[in-house]
Amino acid sequence: MSLNTQLIRSLQAPPRPAWEEAPSRTGLTVKGGLLVLCCLGVLAPLWIVIVTSLSPKPVIDRAGGLVVVPEGITLVNYTELLGGGQVSRALMVSFGVTLVGTLFSMTVSVLAAYGLSRPGSLGHRVILMTLMATMFFGAGLIPTYLLVQSLGLTDTYLSLILPSAVSVFNILVLRGFFMGISPELTEAARIDGAGDLRILLTIIMPLSRAVLAVISLFYAVGYWSAWFNASIYLTDQQMMPLQNVLIQLVQKHTEAPTGLQQAVRTGELSALGLQMAVMVLALVPVAIASPFVQRHFKKGMLTGAVKG
Amino acid sequence: MSLTAGSRPDGTRPAAAVEEPAAALAPKAVPRKHVAGKVPWRIRLRRDRALILMTLPAIGLLLLFNYVPLLGNVVAFQDYDPYASSNGITAIFHSSWVGIEQFSRMLDDPEFWTAVKNTIVLFLLQLVLFFPIPIALALLINSVIRPRVRAVAQAIMYLPHFFSWVLVVTVFQQIFGGAGIIAQTMEQHGWGGFDLMTNASLFKFLVTAQSVWKDAGWGIIVFLAALAAVPTDLYEAAAMDGAGRWRRTWHVTLPALRPVIALLLVLRVGDALSVGFEQFLLQRDAVGRGASEVLDTYVWNVGIQFGDFSYAAAVGLIKGIIGICLVLGANKFAHLLGEQGVYKK
Repeated sequence: MSLNTQLIRSLQAPPRPAWEEAPSRTGLTVKGGLLVLCCLGVLAPLWIVIVTSLSPKPVIDRAGGLVVVPEGITLVNYTELLGGGQVSRALMVSFGVTLVGTLFSMTVSVLAAYGLSRPGSLGHRVILMTLMATMFFGAGLIPTYLLVQSLGLTDTYLSLILPSAVSVFNILVLRGFFMGISPELTEAARIDGAGDLRILLTIIMPLSRAVLAVISLFYAVGYWSAWFNASIYLTDQQMMPLQNVLIQLVQKHTEAPTGLQQAVRTGELSALGLQMAVMVLALVPVAIASPFVQRHFKKGMLTGAVKG
Repeated sequence: MSLTAGSRPDGTRPAAAVEEPAAALAPKAVPRKHVAGKVPWRIRLRRDRALILMTLPAIGLLLLFNYVPLLGNVVAFQDYDPYASSNGITAIFHSSWVGIEQFSRMLDDPEFWTAVKNTIVLFLLQLVLFFPIPIALALLINSVIRPRVRAVAQAIMYLPHFFSWVLVVTVFQQIFGGAGIIAQTMEQHGWGGFDLMTNASLFKFLVTAQSVWKDAGWGIIVFLAALAAVPTDLYEAAAMDGAGRWRRTWHVTLPALRPVIALLLVLRVGDALSVGFEQFLLQRDAVGRGASEVLDTYVWNVGIQFGDFSYAAAVGLIKGIIGICLVLGANKFAHLLGEQGVYKK
């Protein structure tokens, strides 16, 4: 079979079962129209944001704000933002917190999930209850804030990581997956003299790549998107992550990032173009990462949400 | 979610199994061969010490950041003074007790009641306008049989779930705001004065629309999984009996979704007082507090902004207690309707 026929086959619909009636033309049109509409509803705003961030100032001014049709594409907004200064620093902070936080959260969660996934181990039911109880009640903002403050975590990056490092939901998803791995494999390893840590590292984890990828993405997106902890625990503007800079730019009506305000005032750069470029910087990492693990979402969400 | 998932009774494991942990790992389905006396906990502790050590970091973090603050809620019964001692925690021991004074303050506080009213209105609105959309979308996607089209449509619909609220609010602002693309286009045609983002009376619809844009696509996953589990012979049998497309949807598909719908409804009702936090905090300046203040933002405002920790903690505590009651109540109701709910009876 040539590659071309393979491609055509993959695009063709699978055979319709005999009992199912053929779709009507109107039905297909309505259905297709709805699908296209939903997808456009998601993609159109993103398109406008991206195109605007790539447009030079005259084009943005002429469009009266946001650009829909790309014209005279330029990277000037990005080169200015990434040439050092507030946004570059915030990007580094966000990347750093996301990387360290995700590694830390994953280590803690995978260990806990494995520790709880062996049936009949001592105390695992009590521990599981202790974990799951936190899903039903939260301690509340104020006591948590007071605690973080008295631990001396304010104005440290740890305050962005530690308070929300463990997600019980994610542990349950991992645990459900680990429990689904055939016990013969781990038994064989145990007879060969492997301890629990070794079994986890050499057998369980390589077999769980899919779910590890999904949970890592969940944690990473959480750290990348977080701004609230930074807004209450950090006072030093130099330490602010990207999302907080974005808030300052767009919500608080600051025109341009510090360092670029002069260029905006003299008309060299468009404030809107700069704002859109910051948005794209905040959006691109997740938009790139999520499709790669998309096919595993269903499995991950199911073990966690429905079966528990 | 069963709270005692995945284990058999511990005490009945044979002593022999201790020396050969492989047997201890046998799954539920495999019958245990030697059912003998109880294994002493000392031996089990020795055997499982690695597993217990592994769970300790997670336990430690949750104890520190979820259970310890739970005790911190005592400040709701105090006139807490953060400067009574050098440390915020020890200051609790130096602050005076006022009993339920903070709670009675709530009754006379109009701003608190505004927050309560907004929270309830937003919850109901989200229940009516948000909840059915993922179900409808899942039915739509499920009726598409080309795998490529399905995969692409799903990928696009999932995407906004991974964007931060800052981004979502900003996107909306750039499109519907006073300087946004719609306002600009209208201005060019001579109709000015369009600004959805600062319109207090439309605010509740705006935030619901934002939630739909961000999370409706993500919500379809659970329903799609439930739909994939429906046996095809049910459809075939229904078709044999002369049921058309819509009748099959009504009599086969929707009953299959019922348990999931019930579960998600219970979870949603249990979370009724948390209608969203970041979304409101980010937009409260634009529309004013009268329209955007919900319980969570009120706690933040009173506690973190004005430093009235005791009163804010009291509001948070009440919210938490009502939340737990709502979960239990909704679950009870699901049981009455013959559904499983979050946990079993």
